Amino acid sequence: MNLAFRRRVLSAAVTGFCGLSILVALVPLGLIFFFVISQGIRALNFEFFTNMPQPVGEPGGGMANAIVGSLIVTGIGAIFAIPIGILCGVYAAEYAGSRLAATVRFAADTLNGVPSIVIGVFIYSLVVLPIRQFTAIAGGVALGVMMIPIIARSTEELLLLVPGGLREASLALGATRGRAMFSVILPAAFPGIVTGIMLALSRIAGETAPLLFTALNNRFFSTRLDQPISTLTVQVYTYANSPYDDWHRQAWAGALVLVSIVLLCSLLARVATRRLERLQVGR
Amino acid sequence: MPGTRLPFRLGGDLSFRIFTGFFALLLIVIVVAIGAELWRNSLLSIQKFGFNFWVTRIWDPVAGEFGALPFIWGTLYSAILALVLSTPVSLGIAIFLSEMAPGWARQPLVFLTELLAAIPSIVYGVWGAFVLAPWVRSLQVHMPDALRATPFFSGPPLGYGMLAAGLILSVMVIPYSASVAREVLKAVPLAQREAAYALGATRWEAIRAALFFARTGIVGAVMLGFGRALGETMAVTMVIGNSPQVSWSLNAPQYTMAAVIANEFTEAADDLYLNALVEIGLVLFAITLVINMCSRLLIMSMTRSRRPKAQDEAPVLPEPKAA
Repeated sequence: MNLAFRRRVLSAAVTGFCGLSILVALVPLGLIFFFVISQGIRALNFEFFTNMPQPVGEPGGGMANAIVGSLIVTGIGAIFAIPIGILCGVYAAEYAGSRLAATVRFAADTLNGVPSIVIGVFIYSLVVLPIRQFTAIAGGVALGVMMIPIIARSTEELLLLVPGGLREASLALGATRGRAMFSVILPAAFPGIVTGIMLALSRIAGETAPLLFTALNNRFFSTRLDQPISTLTVQVYTYANSPYDDWHRQAWAGALVLVSIVLLCSLLARVATRRLERLQVGR
Repeated sequence: MPGTRLPFRLGGDLSFRIFTGFFALLLIVIVVAIGAELWRNSLLSIQKFGFNFWVTRIWDPVAGEFGALPFIWGTLYSAILALVLSTPVSLGIAIFLSEMAPGWARQPLVFLTELLAAIPSIVYGVWGAFVLAPWVRSLQVHMPDALRATPFFSGPPLGYGMLAAGLILSVMVIPYSASVAREVLKAVPLAQREAAYALGATRWEAIRAALFFARTGIVGAVMLGFGRALGETMAVTMVIGNSPQVSWSLNAPQYTMAAVIANEFTEAADDLYLNALVEIGLVLFAITLVINMCSRLLIMSMTRSRRPKAQDEAPVLPEPKAA
């Protein structure tokens, strides 16, 4: 009786702890959102998106150059990573049994776990050092290297979800494997692959470390790819490290913009996944 | 070359395999190239300091003296601290979501915990520097003297230091280890729990049986979080205080490998300085590589049976006989 009671109490205690741990994780989440929104909204106005950074004390400073810069750098990363990532995923799914596919899968997971700052050092010594110049291209390539494994893995998983009948039907009609892949299987998985790309984009849009010494920063408006470029994340970091209240406010506003972008992307991706799942069930 | 097994009559297939295989190889080449490039650019420092680099405390760029002990200390200390703080919570979350949560609450809660992983590191950093660090400071100020006498809480209450870094890292690591641990628990056969209940086990005892069954995967999940914590840069840089010292004190500002690279890389004027920083990056790369590989292997050994079966194994085309 006594033992049974003790066991029941222990069980209830552990069960309670597990429920509590969800709360423990949600408290910092709530706190971060609360502060980012409440502090960020104070400095966020129309000028934040249209104006250039101003010297300390002068009103109306914005991050127009950094926002454009972020778009450019992320765009370069996407252009570079999407084809490579998708083709890696195609290989891993199509030749899933082969040793190379297993190695690719493993390499993708490994690359995914490499600290972003190490990617920055890598691109610095590969791209920046030979030409002795920080460039927007280097920043984009660094982000691209981080995107490839995410896109490769999500593409692979989605291709494996495409019903085998589609593939067998196209092969039965005499299509080669390449034709079946590019004309039938990839289009069938296309919405899902786009979702995966969006998730990858939202992941790297918030990256700072790989840009610190590849794209560096730029106080002026620049769209040149062979010059240093300002990005939202690096600008937030610079402002947060400065001793000025004015710049701290701007850093909060930048953080709010970043969080909104990332949230929007992952929410959209989630909605798209839902719709996709419903479609596939309906089939 | 794996493609050569195909006979030439399937030329279209062969070229498709070579074409996609090229990009697959490229991905592997990138991983190898990271190691090679970092090695190439840290040779100066490796030749000059050798192993002493890792046991010397002096970091003096002006005099050209480089020792990375404080950085490796700070990295390991902060990551282990984060692990100690986060593991019970992430396991609790994984158990709750896989074994206990009512169906309607499961998806939203999974989404919310995974949001923690979606928040950019720099946002964690801004929040940590402006909100968390002052809170930690007031916690340190109001700490009882008995605690402050221990080596773990010695030194002035600054807020910025190891404790703040450990706290923010633990929050950042939770979503990673929790989601993998949940996957692993899902892979435990239902019969395990049913058997435990049939023997009269309480809920916790049944869960414990499932945990025991999944122990390799759980270790893998925790290691994955450890790898994340080791390489985390921005948030840690902004709260740890960036002072190269080897100290047990949670109050003391310290430094990590990732943080020193982030802070000093663009300032590295001479080649030796740059090489020393790249060597730190190389070792960070090597450590995270090993940790990640181990954790992937452990997780894979648990969840492999649930992976989608390879299409390649079922022959779709009859292989033509060699003439």
